[in-house]
Amino acid sequence: MSLSHVIPSKPPLPRGQRDNSALPPTRDDKPGKHLDASAPEPALTGIWVALATIAMMFAAFTSAAVVRQGASNDWEHIALPALLYINTGILILSGIALELARRTYLNGVKHGMPSAKIAVRWLTFSLLSGVAFLVGQIVVWWQLLARSVDFISSPTNSFFYVLTVFHAVHVAGGIGGLVRIWVKMRRFDLKRSTLNATCWYWHFMSVLWIYIFVLLIWKF
Amino acid sequence: MQHESALEAREPPVRAIGFVRRYIFSVDHKVIGLQYYALALVAVFVGMALSWLMRIHLVWPNWPIPGLHFLSKTGAPGNVMTPEYYLSLLTMHGTIMVFFVLTNAPFAALGNYFLPLQIGAEDMAFPRLNMLSFWITFLAFCVLMSSFFVSDGPPISGWTAYAPLSAVGSAAGPGQGMGQTLWAISIGIFCVASLLGALNFIATTLDMRTRGMTLMRMPLSTWAWFITSCISLFAFAVLLPTCILLCLDRMADTSFFVPSGLVISDRLQPHSGGSALLWQHLFWFFGHPEVYIAILPAAGIVSHVLINGLRRPLLSHKAIIFSMVAIGFLSYVVWGHHMFVSGMNPTSSLVFSFPTIIITIPAAVLTLTWLGSIYGSRLRLTTASLFALGFISMFVSGGLSGFFLAQPSIDIYLHATYFVVGHFHIVMGVAAIFGVFAGTYFWFPKMTGRMLNEGLGRIHFWGSFVGAYCIFMPFHYLGMAGNVRRYAAFVDDYMAPLMSVHRFITIAALVMGIVQMIFLVNLLYSLWRGPKAPDNPWECTSLEWATSSPPPADNFGGRSPIVYRDPYQYGVDAAGKDFVMQNEPFYAESASIPHLAEAAEAQE
Repeated sequence: MSLSHVIPSKPPLPRGQRDNSALPPTRDDKPGKHLDASAPEPALTGIWVALATIAMMFAAFTSAAVVRQGASNDWEHIALPALLYINTGILILSGIALELARRTYLNGVKHGMPSAKIAVRWLTFSLLSGVAFLVGQIVVWWQLLARSVDFISSPTNSFFYVLTVFHAVHVAGGIGGLVRIWVKMRRFDLKRSTLNATCWYWHFMSVLWIYIFVLLIWKF
Repeated sequence: MQHESALEAREPPVRAIGFVRRYIFSVDHKVIGLQYYALALVAVFVGMALSWLMRIHLVWPNWPIPGLHFLSKTGAPGNVMTPEYYLSLLTMHGTIMVFFVLTNAPFAALGNYFLPLQIGAEDMAFPRLNMLSFWITFLAFCVLMSSFFVSDGPPISGWTAYAPLSAVGSAAGPGQGMGQTLWAISIGIFCVASLLGALNFIATTLDMRTRGMTLMRMPLSTWAWFITSCISLFAFAVLLPTCILLCLDRMADTSFFVPSGLVISDRLQPHSGGSALLWQHLFWFFGHPEVYIAILPAAGIVSHVLINGLRRPLLSHKAIIFSMVAIGFLSYVVWGHHMFVSGMNPTSSLVFSFPTIIITIPAAVLTLTWLGSIYGSRLRLTTASLFALGFISMFVSGGLSGFFLAQPSIDIYLHATYFVVGHFHIVMGVAAIFGVFAGTYFWFPKMTGRMLNEGLGRIHFWGSFVGAYCIFMPFHYLGMAGNVRRYAAFVDDYMAPLMSVHRFITIAALVMGIVQMIFLVNLLYSLWRGPKAPDNPWECTSLEWATSSPPPADNFGGRSPIVYRDPYQYGVDAAGKDFVMQNEPFYAESASIPHLAEAAEAQE
């Protein structure tokens, strides 16, 4: 039996589809959407996606650590150096300074006279404290090695170094980003999306570090 | 058909860039897509050659294969491969095929080329990052291939690299020294490339769509690439840390995956307290979504190609999209079904079995939507639509054997047999490759400006279709008969009666390989000598056909298309055509509606 009578060869409009051409333009159809402030910013989307990836990588390390802790009875506790608390404070200060730099710069742009000097000052402070955090982490590793808390003697140590080094690598990338916007801000050619994307990344580094630090205090 | 070039009237954009910047370190997504395609093509023929060597060895284990000792002196003395070298080839076949073919070809290659075109973008969101992704992938491939040339050859631990075998170093056997280290580094590098690629795909889909291209107006292939990039973002984000931990176990003597008291070759290993199961959990958390990273782009491409052949939309556009999203979500909660025999808690087996059976629901929705749409239609039987039908056939056959394996009690018997090999080759390997073939035959005119030869294409299809079933269907029979996998030769008495089946499979594999040469010849011949392709040879509605073949460097000649409607407007009566393109402002018969005519004029 043929079904051709059920499905006409040329239906007036395909099933399940609407002909939208008679409808008014959607929000996306607005002309010049790339110029207005709410236009999509690939840099920002890219950073959001990257942050999701980084979060997932640390989730993988965390779950590995939790499983490894339960797998055997060789999990030892590490006495965390006090310097870690200071480093944490430095990283938070760096984030605050960056946020002040961002607001000062964007506020200046909005009012037509970029108060870049103050913004650059805040940014310089943020950048230097970011570097200070990295140096502080290196000192922490050095202190621990001096206490013969080495990489392989226990799984706790291994995970401590893996988590902190992996975070430090990402912070180093963030410092690269800060240097980039520092140069651009001094030249007054910093785009809003670049600034915002870098700020999101850097703030995420602080949040990630606080997460790792709490994990270290709680589990290590 | 639109025979005149849509862009003929205008000057082609002239850019003063040299050969190297244009073809090698190009930032053009089309060139990068072709580079990925070429890499996948090289990889697939290397992988296929390895499978030939393995199949020949399985059936005629004492046959010398001329020249094999050049590949490895210790692995193939007198041109006859050792059992260990068989495992090395098995590992390399799996790794090359899964990572560099099934991940690269349907997703990175075709996705790179056509995703920006289908959404009306000039390029990807981050072109330089895109170039970086390809070259990092290339580096990963080189590192992997270099393991053929180190002293004791490639690793023997399979593409899943189970610990502790993969983690303890050269004591565990040939290839477990430098070869396994190179494997781990290569896969780590590949993860970085895939993460950058996925990031680019997501940002492009979200931010680079042209005017009027809402998410629901995107073609199904674009949806599939988008969902796949979301899946690979999280999957490779877990595999990268896993590879790092494996490298540390191997190179820094940490103990993440190696249990204590492990004695290999009379030597107590210097590790303690690690968990071998941890590797399996982390690996399969990546590994199962990886199956969908291979199959979903193929499903999207097949939907796109099929609709064009059917000349009417699928029963439901949304059902396909939501099923693919559901498969994407569910792919993260089923990884334990690869570990039913790992010694995992039996309750966990049940927990993983349940979502595995649930995932058949969206898969069945996809299949029924395709089949229901084909029912009663007058399908244009081009080579592309033949491969689309072939994909559905493989998807169903491979999916059905999945029902059996999803149940722990049956899997315990079948797990280490050829049944599993047959299952995943059909559903993941052949199906995804058929999707790539469908895409290749469909889009070759757009990519090169030349038509592929349809006659050779049909021979290629029937050879591949019959060949694939001849190779992989008997695997299921062998598995049920208890034929274990990963063995280099079958010398036990109970397997002797099965050897005739093995011989049949080997011959089928050799013939199937020769059939693929027809594809290669067709590809190369048509590239230079094929008839010139018009802009829209298949009378398709989506945006990639709204530009010239091949498209200019900036895709649409500096004029962004405007999208007016859903992607698949076939089966309409529009000025003698049965389709309306997404960027055509109005139907011919709608010209009487004043505001539409004005809109059309405004666009002109």
